[in-house]
Amino acid sequence: MAVSSLRAPRAHRSNAVHPGAWWIWALGLGTAASRTTNPLLLALLIGVAGYVVAARRTEAPWARSYGAFVKLGLAVIGIRLVFAVFLGSPIPGTHLVVTLPEVPLPDWAQGVRIGGRVTLEGLVFAFYDGLKLATLLICVGAANALASPSRLLKSLPGALYEAGVAVVVAMTFAPNLIADVRRLRAARRLRGRPDSGLRGLLQVGLPVLEGALERSVSLAAAMDARGYGRTAEVPPAVRRATAALTLGGLIGVCAGTYGLLASSGAGYGLPVLLAGVAAALGGLWLGGRRTVRTRYRPDVWGVRAWLVAASGAAAAAVMVWSGGQDPAALQPPVVPLAMPQLPLWPAAGILLGLLPAFVTPAPHPPTKPTEAAS
Amino acid sequence: MIRFEDVSVTYDGAQGPTVRGIGLHVPEGELMLLAGPSGVGKSTLLGAVSGLVPHFTGGTLAGRVTVAGRDTRTHKPRELADVVGTVGQDPLAHFVTDTVEDELAYGMESLGLPAPVMRRRVEETLDLLGLADLRDRPIATLSGGQQQRVAIGSVLTPHPRVLVLDEPTSALDPAAAEEVLSVLQRLVHDLGTTVLMAEHRLERVIQYADQVALLPAAGEPLRVGDPAAIMAESPVFPPVVGLGRLAGWDPLPLTVRNARRAAGPLRDRLSALPPHQAPSPLQTPPPNQAPPAIEERGPGRSPVASAHVPLVETRGLSVRRGRIEALRRVDLQVAGGEIVALMGRNGAGKSTLLSTLVGLVKPTTGTATVGGADPHRATPRELIRKVGLVPQEPRDLLCADTVAAECAAADKDADAAPGTCRALLSDLLPGIADGTHPRDLSEGQRLTLALAIVLTAAPPLLLLDEPTRGLDYAAKTRLVAVLRNLSAAGHAIVMATHDVELAAELTHRVAILADGEVVADGPTPDIVTSSPSFAPQVAKILAPQRWLTVSQVEKALA
Repeated sequence: MAVSSLRAPRAHRSNAVHPGAWWIWALGLGTAASRTTNPLLLALLIGVAGYVVAARRTEAPWARSYGAFVKLGLAVIGIRLVFAVFLGSPIPGTHLVVTLPEVPLPDWAQGVRIGGRVTLEGLVFAFYDGLKLATLLICVGAANALASPSRLLKSLPGALYEAGVAVVVAMTFAPNLIADVRRLRAARRLRGRPDSGLRGLLQVGLPVLEGALERSVSLAAAMDARGYGRTAEVPPAVRRATAALTLGGLIGVCAGTYGLLASSGAGYGLPVLLAGVAAALGGLWLGGRRTVRTRYRPDVWGVRAWLVAASGAAAAAVMVWSGGQDPAALQPPVVPLAMPQLPLWPAAGILLGLLPAFVTPAPHPPTKPTEAAS
Repeated sequence: MIRFEDVSVTYDGAQGPTVRGIGLHVPEGELMLLAGPSGVGKSTLLGAVSGLVPHFTGGTLAGRVTVAGRDTRTHKPRELADVVGTVGQDPLAHFVTDTVEDELAYGMESLGLPAPVMRRRVEETLDLLGLADLRDRPIATLSGGQQQRVAIGSVLTPHPRVLVLDEPTSALDPAAAEEVLSVLQRLVHDLGTTVLMAEHRLERVIQYADQVALLPAAGEPLRVGDPAAIMAESPVFPPVVGLGRLAGWDPLPLTVRNARRAAGPLRDRLSALPPHQAPSPLQTPPPNQAPPAIEERGPGRSPVASAHVPLVETRGLSVRRGRIEALRRVDLQVAGGEIVALMGRNGAGKSTLLSTLVGLVKPTTGTATVGGADPHRATPRELIRKVGLVPQEPRDLLCADTVAAECAAADKDADAAPGTCRALLSDLLPGIADGTHPRDLSEGQRLTLALAIVLTAAPPLLLLDEPTRGLDYAAKTRLVAVLRNLSAAGHAIVMATHDVELAAELTHRVAILADGEVVADGPTPDIVTSSPSFAPQVAKILAPQRWLTVSQVEKALA
């Protein structure tokens, strides 16, 4: 067999991996990250997510969000460290880095500290903690970059689709707003006013909102004219049953959850919760009969989607399993300070997450996009 | 197919009805063009067909509008979605999804068509509109012409029997506009689709129309008829009709081809004119300036020697945006008093070049100097004394509640004497009241206000980005007069435009950009007559003689 036939095919619409699979993969990596503070494992997770994104993301606008998530992750680590420096850390430490002047606080604020001793142990602990959160964010960012939000929406049940469209339209608003702010700040420069600084930003606020409102109204008109919200006639009995099932289901879910969480009601909690979920699903299914929508080329859940989802789930499973076997390797102690070790099995499990970079269809090499606005 | 019976529309809070007593019948399979100056209610009439007026816009509609037998009074826009497809002025406001293929399918999904039918129609439409290569592309990365084609395709897939288009070609370069129009013609001819469209650039569309409905002025009755008959008396008309009226051709030709066949005697008369009346491209030659420099491209090119320091000079200017090279080694010089048009397809880098000249974009390599200064290093206050830009959307420049407040703010920004801006505005276009909200001005008025604001600081260089988008012929004529006076007063003017008629009428020099490079730069007559897509209608009709505009011919014959 030729080697080339073993390589992943070029991506096109028909062989696109189901967006749900990407989310399961990313959430699997995220679950793995949440089980450890070992910086080596976390770095490995970031590397795996980053490699898959680099190998498989497209030129689409949503794919650019990955960079934003990475920056957000860095900001989280930074904030966590700043807090550890100024507000102190509960970790007892012996390696003193610096002693800041401590703000004397009244008695009622006992337990709160501002300034004071900053120890290396405290900083390392804060860094591990921040890194864990950053890894989670990067995993979510990877899912965002790899799975188109609107394609994910197509997998929603019919009754929720229209609400979902509204959500997606709302999400596309953020980039539009940013573009508007840029344009109007440029216009301020053209009028000879300073275009930087907070004041400049505030003064374009109102026109930007005006523009956003105008755009949303014209989009709503366009959607209406294209048949958004057309409904089929359903008998009144079905309508009433839908309402009753949905409402009853939601009440059941609430009551069941309460039962599960409260100590006394553990017995009836689970059955009520399940019944509520079933009723709500029934309501959604019946409600779907009112919409006449059909779906154009929904993504199919094929072998590759199974592999992608399974690789993420496997990474999570290995991590959870080894957390039970060898907790110390996953949560390296910071007191006393020691170089963290790379445990073999969890690392191997995380590397399973690389599978999508080899089995999913490869995107086309980037083409030169034409400028949207000339 | 579409029937208006005594229709009047009054918007809430308006003084009187926007359109009054409209009776109109568009038969099946016809392409009807709705013509008329700005602000006579063309968009309102178009909106009434899809039911968006009054269901969405508010206001009161008296009379009756029926489409394929359905009364818009009892049918909401979404219930008309299977018979009417509507594309508004701004295609970007039309898109619901993010990729081309999904957008084409969206309307069919809403109507609940079966999956195999959707798949087949999407493939057909991709081919019909030449979008097959773009099917997976995010819509935000497409050029203006491509977006317009996607917008039309997205309303075509449900196979509507009626298509309503509001200025489908106004944002497009000449080639893209022709592409869109030929698609429309195919729909009318092959599928029997009924098309109703409004368009200011009649020279692009009149030849495709079966009938023309003319709204001569606000409140006047609608006149419907054969295009030639209507054009003979219309207040808005393309240059080919202008030339036909001047020469007294009967029947009035609407296409360049028919006009050429009638133009034999006129060509003879013009060629017999004494030489000093031969066409000169520079009706108002740049005062005391060296003739516009023609760039010689290629190795061994020496810098153009000129006694004057040019007002604008770019040398090897390149701009990169991410992976895209928006401009590549652009060398351009503009002297005072010169009017230069930048032309080229959507996305060729025209706007980027203008942005660089006002310092909004930093050159990646090379230099751009304006009046001896580096625009992106200048502070905004210094900059407005050197260069002013009227952006594509003049509304961006406006931020106050009233025209008077806007003018006062402009005086303050420019440190000009109070009243400078207001006086300029009154000079440029009399009759704009102080208390009007800038949003309530017409497109032409808004453009003039933005122009007055920019001119308050008296910059020697004036940049305009697509100044004639959405302007009717009257507003355009006024703009041409204003810009000519400015040029005579020594202002250099650089404008990015798709409007070949404007370029022919006004500019001394044309630079054509393609993929960020200047591919041609020279006197307007040389450039526009050498390329069919940039040639104005008069030049095409009277070729090989080099006449560009009706007014030139008129002056020569007088």
